[in-house]
Amino acid sequence: MFPFETNAKIVNAQLLEDFSRVTPPLNVIADHERLRPFETDAFISHRAMPMCAVLPENEAQVAAIARACSTRGVPLVTRGAGTGISGGAIPVVDGVLVVLTRLNALKSLDPLARTACVGPGMRNLAVSDAAAPHGLFYAPDPSSQLICSIGGNVAENSGGVHCLKYGLTVHNVMQVRLVLSDGDVVTVGANSLDAAGYDLLAVINGSEGLLGLITEVVVKLTPQPEHVETLLAAFPSVNDAANAVGRIIGGGVVPAALEMMDKMVIEACERFMSAGFPLDAEALLLIELDGVREEVAEQLVQVERVLTDCHAQEIRRAKDDAEREKLWKSRKGAFAALATIRPDYYTMDGTIPRRCLPGVLARYYALAQEYGMMVANVFHAGDGNLHPCIFYDATIPGEMERSEELGGKMLEICVEVGGTITGEHGVGIEKLKQMCVQFRPNELAAFHAIKAVFDPSGVLNPGKGVPALKRCAEWGGMHVRDGVVPGADIPRF
Amino acid sequence: MMDNFIQTTIERIKSAQAGKTPLAIRGGNSKAFYGGMIRGEALDMRPYRGIIDYEPKELVLTVRAGTPIAEIEAAMARENQMLPFEPPYFEDGATSPATIGGTVATGLSGPRRPYTGAVRDFVLGTRIINGKGEDLRFGGRVIKNVAGYDVSRLMTGALGTLGVLLDLSFKVLPKPTEELTLRYEMDEATAIRRFNEWAGKPLPISATSWHDGIAKLRLSGAAAGVKATREKLGGEIVADTEAGLFWRDLRDHRAAFFSSAEPLWRLSVPSTRQPLFPNLPQWIEWGGALRWARGATEAKMLRATVEAAGGHVTLFRHGDKAAGVFHPLQPVLARIHRNLKAAFDPEHILNPGRMDNF
Repeated sequence: MFPFETNAKIVNAQLLEDFSRVTPPLNVIADHERLRPFETDAFISHRAMPMCAVLPENEAQVAAIARACSTRGVPLVTRGAGTGISGGAIPVVDGVLVVLTRLNALKSLDPLARTACVGPGMRNLAVSDAAAPHGLFYAPDPSSQLICSIGGNVAENSGGVHCLKYGLTVHNVMQVRLVLSDGDVVTVGANSLDAAGYDLLAVINGSEGLLGLITEVVVKLTPQPEHVETLLAAFPSVNDAANAVGRIIGGGVVPAALEMMDKMVIEACERFMSAGFPLDAEALLLIELDGVREEVAEQLVQVERVLTDCHAQEIRRAKDDAEREKLWKSRKGAFAALATIRPDYYTMDGTIPRRCLPGVLARYYALAQEYGMMVANVFHAGDGNLHPCIFYDATIPGEMERSEELGGKMLEICVEVGGTITGEHGVGIEKLKQMCVQFRPNELAAFHAIKAVFDPSGVLNPGKGVPALKRCAEWGGMHVRDGVVPGADIPRF
Repeated sequence: MMDNFIQTTIERIKSAQAGKTPLAIRGGNSKAFYGGMIRGEALDMRPYRGIIDYEPKELVLTVRAGTPIAEIEAAMARENQMLPFEPPYFEDGATSPATIGGTVATGLSGPRRPYTGAVRDFVLGTRIINGKGEDLRFGGRVIKNVAGYDVSRLMTGALGTLGVLLDLSFKVLPKPTEELTLRYEMDEATAIRRFNEWAGKPLPISATSWHDGIAKLRLSGAAAGVKATREKLGGEIVADTEAGLFWRDLRDHRAAFFSSAEPLWRLSVPSTRQPLFPNLPQWIEWGGALRWARGATEAKMLRATVEAAGGHVTLFRHGDKAAGVFHPLQPVLARIHRNLKAAFDPEHILNPGRMDNF
């Protein structure tokens, strides 16, 4: 597809010459030793050696890089902190990797307007830290928020544990500046609450680096809640816990966080932390309520009543921040603990209608048994986002491949019950096959058409996010949406 | 019967594409005043109506585009839930035929918008027919979904120029148990500053308004929280019935301010912007971010000033639409719009001209 495949050496030399003419001089890394750390992102089971990595320091340099790559037909992959777990920032072999970590400035913060204008390389948590003295924070909180960057958050439309109440990245970004592959710069969105024309901001959020290079982001800041309450409840069955979630929300309370953990996590808590949960507990619910003090107090009474009605065996309430940390540890600590039994784990990211949870979990357990693998489930129960963790040992030949196959089957179950293959981690290279299950050829064609509008030369992050139609045909991708396999009665060969 | 409607619509679009004959998509026609000129043969979506799926405990609703919003809001009220973007009817809500399809196509939200979100924030999935007659589905019925580009939100506010909306899925929210409206006498600049200061604190604010020296603030939430906030903020309490009518009349533009035959301009600006155009009568909402201005004034001057203030201007009602309804786009943005239109509707048969050039 790209001319570099036939005369890569000549093109690469010309490209490096283009780069050498950029002022101020570009920081280019082209030796294998120093490129090693850039071979992969947090989808560490896959890697690729780029031709070079460039670390621009301003937008003009980014535009010059994009122009050179598109003119010469050389693939270009953008990378921030590299914390993505679907492989979206893994380089293309012999392509260029543009690392935006140096565009990490806080350009402005307006406490009255509750907005911050930041470079794409600014870390997620650093934005909240900068906003904290004004009683504000940046709401989306992916688990990697200590190191992940805002540009990557926009590219992936990152979520976190608080999105049921505070929304995803797409709900918290007002404006993005984007360098297109031809080097043109465009501002999408506005500092006001809407912009003229089509809602391109929605298209950019979650576009996984396929449409442009983000050089600046205006984010919305949210007032810190006045009061927070955290509860942990143990249930004798997944059904009871799921029922409690439905009744809390159905009763009019939208918690800031609502996490469910399954028996595997409870057992890990017992074994490694002696958490003291009832031995027959099958599910845990971690609930966080926030808002005006009086409102939270009212909701707390309501939620505790629902938990008791739904047969909670035990309810713990954090009295202070230290206890809150301890309750959250039951989730975070469990994974570290489980990883001591099997060294590697693979986190999945499907979303399902919440009412399907008990049935879907039962099928997951059956599949895990069939594959002889250990699966622990954490569920953002409020918004239906499941994160099954498949534990394996990469040193045992074939285990990693089997974990990926098992994960793929789990995602297909999500599509079958009316859900999606990715709630917040993105497609990257990881879920390309499952895209063929979730979307029909003409829908995938519409995605390719959108890509061509922004990136006619096709150099931006090729081979990621949206599968080529012919790959779906090769994989025998079958559409199983809404629980109906089209033409199920037709014999397939 | 609904499948028949879809099949017939696909056929109509295909023949319109072949004959290059434009179609004017319509629902209740309650927002026919909005946007560019309407031309083409009417494609009436009203037969395609009904709630497909509504599970209150999931906070998710799926409906057909031709469903009246009044019908949806009534069904949701029975479950103590609401469409969080407070959709405007722009006429008498009790008898309005305004549809959910028209609401999404225009992308217009009511007074609650800055505090809970816009239509686009709550759209989870769509089924559309594009200008090639292809039946396509994007997004889904789940709250978190990042598979593929977010075409569902792209459809929101596109005025039907990229596709005919069929099914729409939304995230919905519980209705607040208590609402209270407070009234203050203050000038415009003070109101704008106050609105922004309040919004920076964790207060249960759900709407703001300033007009003619009077600021109003609506609080929504649990009774205890609303009461505590009222004690903090002071202000004169507006009686419930009066408050209800006030926010309804603002949302639907039934207040006297909006009934003039003069051009009505919609100024979307950063919320903290100082008062603009002292000579034009104005009504401010959305915490300062939305300013309705009335008067026969020169569009060019208005647009230049607002653009310099970081916003954009829409000629909302009346006035001369020939000069363009929407704010002109920068050249690169305009190119992206043209190419997107070509990708979804290559023969320009879906609502051509409704969004100025698209």
